[in-house]
Amino acid sequence: MPDLNLAGISRGAGNGAPADLVRLENVRKHFPLQSGLLANLLNRGHVPAVKAVDGVSLSIKRGEVFGLAGESGSGKSTVGRLVLNLFPPTEGRVFFDGQDLSRLSAEEMRKLRSRMQIIFQDPMASLNPRMTIGDAIGHPVWIHVTGDPEKRRQVVTEILEKVGLAPANQFYDKFPHQISGGQRQRIVIARALVTVPDLVVADEPVAMADVSVRTLLLELMMRLKGELNLTYLFVTHDLATAKYVCDRIAIMYLGKLCEVGPLDDVYRHPGHPYTRALLEAVPVPDPRHRRKEPMPAGEIPSAINPPSGCRFHPRCPIARANCAVDEPVLRELRPGHFMACHYAEEVLK
Amino acid sequence: MSADVLCSVRNLIVEYSTRAGAVRAVDNVSLDIRRGEILGLVGESGCGKSTLGKALMRLHTGAARITQGELWFDGRDLMKLSEREMPDVRGAEIGMVFQDPMTSLNPVQRIMDHLTETMRTHEPEVSEAAARGRANELVERLGIRRERLHEYPHQMSGGMRQRVMISLALALRAKLVIADEPTTSLDVIVEAKFLDLLKELQKEFGLTILLITHNIGVVAEVADRVAVMYAAKMAEVGDVREVFADPKHPYTQGLLRSVPNIALDGAELYKMEGAPPNLLHPPVGCRFAPRCPHVMDVCRRQEPSFDPVGEGDHLAACWLFNEAAVAREKSHA
Repeated sequence: MPDLNLAGISRGAGNGAPADLVRLENVRKHFPLQSGLLANLLNRGHVPAVKAVDGVSLSIKRGEVFGLAGESGSGKSTVGRLVLNLFPPTEGRVFFDGQDLSRLSAEEMRKLRSRMQIIFQDPMASLNPRMTIGDAIGHPVWIHVTGDPEKRRQVVTEILEKVGLAPANQFYDKFPHQISGGQRQRIVIARALVTVPDLVVADEPVAMADVSVRTLLLELMMRLKGELNLTYLFVTHDLATAKYVCDRIAIMYLGKLCEVGPLDDVYRHPGHPYTRALLEAVPVPDPRHRRKEPMPAGEIPSAINPPSGCRFHPRCPIARANCAVDEPVLRELRPGHFMACHYAEEVLK
Repeated sequence: MSADVLCSVRNLIVEYSTRAGAVRAVDNVSLDIRRGEILGLVGESGCGKSTLGKALMRLHTGAARITQGELWFDGRDLMKLSEREMPDVRGAEIGMVFQDPMTSLNPVQRIMDHLTETMRTHEPEVSEAAARGRANELVERLGIRRERLHEYPHQMSGGMRQRVMISLALALRAKLVIADEPTTSLDVIVEAKFLDLLKELQKEFGLTILLITHNIGVVAEVADRVAVMYAAKMAEVGDVREVFADPKHPYTQGLLRSVPNIALDGAELYKMEGAPPNLLHPPVGCRFAPRCPHVMDVCRRQEPSFDPVGEGDHLAACWLFNEAAVAREKSHA
């Protein structure tokens, strides 16, 4: 660990630590529409459910920024929460630093939580309006690091200055409503990083910020990643922003991955028609730019009864008969770049 | 007012009274909207763009007040109309589409009833049957199946609800549609389709659209001209191609360079330091001066005027384009 000495915490990949910090094995998360004994009896065990995540396998390497992109309802945020074990998967396993999260006791999980943190989209909703900034950031320190108030103040001061809120004294006793939106998101970042986690799930961290503030927040997140040896899972709907921060990216559609690979390769050579459409749809800040292809028909179907075969087939411009029957699997057609389309070879041409 | 201008705002001031004092959210702004164009109005949160959009319909109540200015619309000054005459303008002549269509549609009214009720309120002579016919025709044109008109708003997707909002404006043959962040709550593919639709409607119905957005990419995609606001003032206005190719105001320059561009390779995002000023105590002179990389002495003393700066109707409020001021600055240096 570099110069930073946040409360004397020092961690990092020891010898023999797995290269993958996070690994998901065929994870499903279904949210039942009705629950309880009666619903179970009435439906004979077949309770309809929203299949938010439906068979996702992926791994996040230590030190990388892994992007997870898709439209509303694709299941990207649910994956973020599964990684943090905020709820257990319906099926499949989630590993963090080699440990199967489903096998940990509550106490072991509690200890592990200081190593995984989350940043949400709306800083106003993530901060308690009646808690001062010093208390908000000091809370995780109190839980995970030290009960000593002097030491706590010192740690909070240090992280405040690290996220660019200096002098820290000016912010310590303020309430969230007394500072600007950009500063609030810095507070949320500080609170997430104060325990020096290994993994940060950033769920649309800059979606609410104005363009000029957005650049500064992203720059801050990237600087801190280097200084604190962080790994980011960057959940976003914004492919243009992802381009500036992610090393690898996965594209989700209706609970499944349609494509995953190094960001540059996915953007230059998308192999799934859905990835292509998404990239094509992003508005480009250049009036001379024109979209080359028509947008796919219809809208994203319900995740309660997703389409058979390939879930994108009802909207896909190149779908054929077998797409409605056979479900495509992720195939590595370029180095490290996987795509789940029966006709990916054609798309790549 | 020349014939091709549909709506002309002159020296408009909108004030909000707050406990801390009066805040001018729109401060002496002038703007022309031309017949048949899509004018993109951009700026960051709090710059006054939405306040300006609402002021065009005199929608302000409560803490907000238009304290000065003229609002010429299709040959008359809306500021001279009585409060009783305004409802005939709102909806019928100027339509509005908001960011969240769910809050603009009545949750317990079927879409068909909403459309026919609106039409018959503004045009009582239209029969129920005729109104239904018009609604059917319109939504089909907007890509919604007729059967769905009998549904409630929550049964439709966000993109469909937004198309219903546009259909309201079209049903009343509004001359101007003010769309305030219409695609902000939509996913990119739905957004792209909605923007395509806006362009088609502009051509087909000769619709004039004021598109208020923080999304520079959206403006580049559909707008004919662009207006940039900063801290309650108009910073720059011009043809969209010209402004994007050659932005004159340093704020516009910074703004355009800090937008992520998926089509560009390897470029770094520009970091604009600082933050917009507190409008309770705006800086003297040019409001962008404290953040401006090209700031001169005069900028901190005196407000720049909004003048032509190049080809055609390209206007900007910046001292850099006042030769005398620049020369004075050089002789002092």
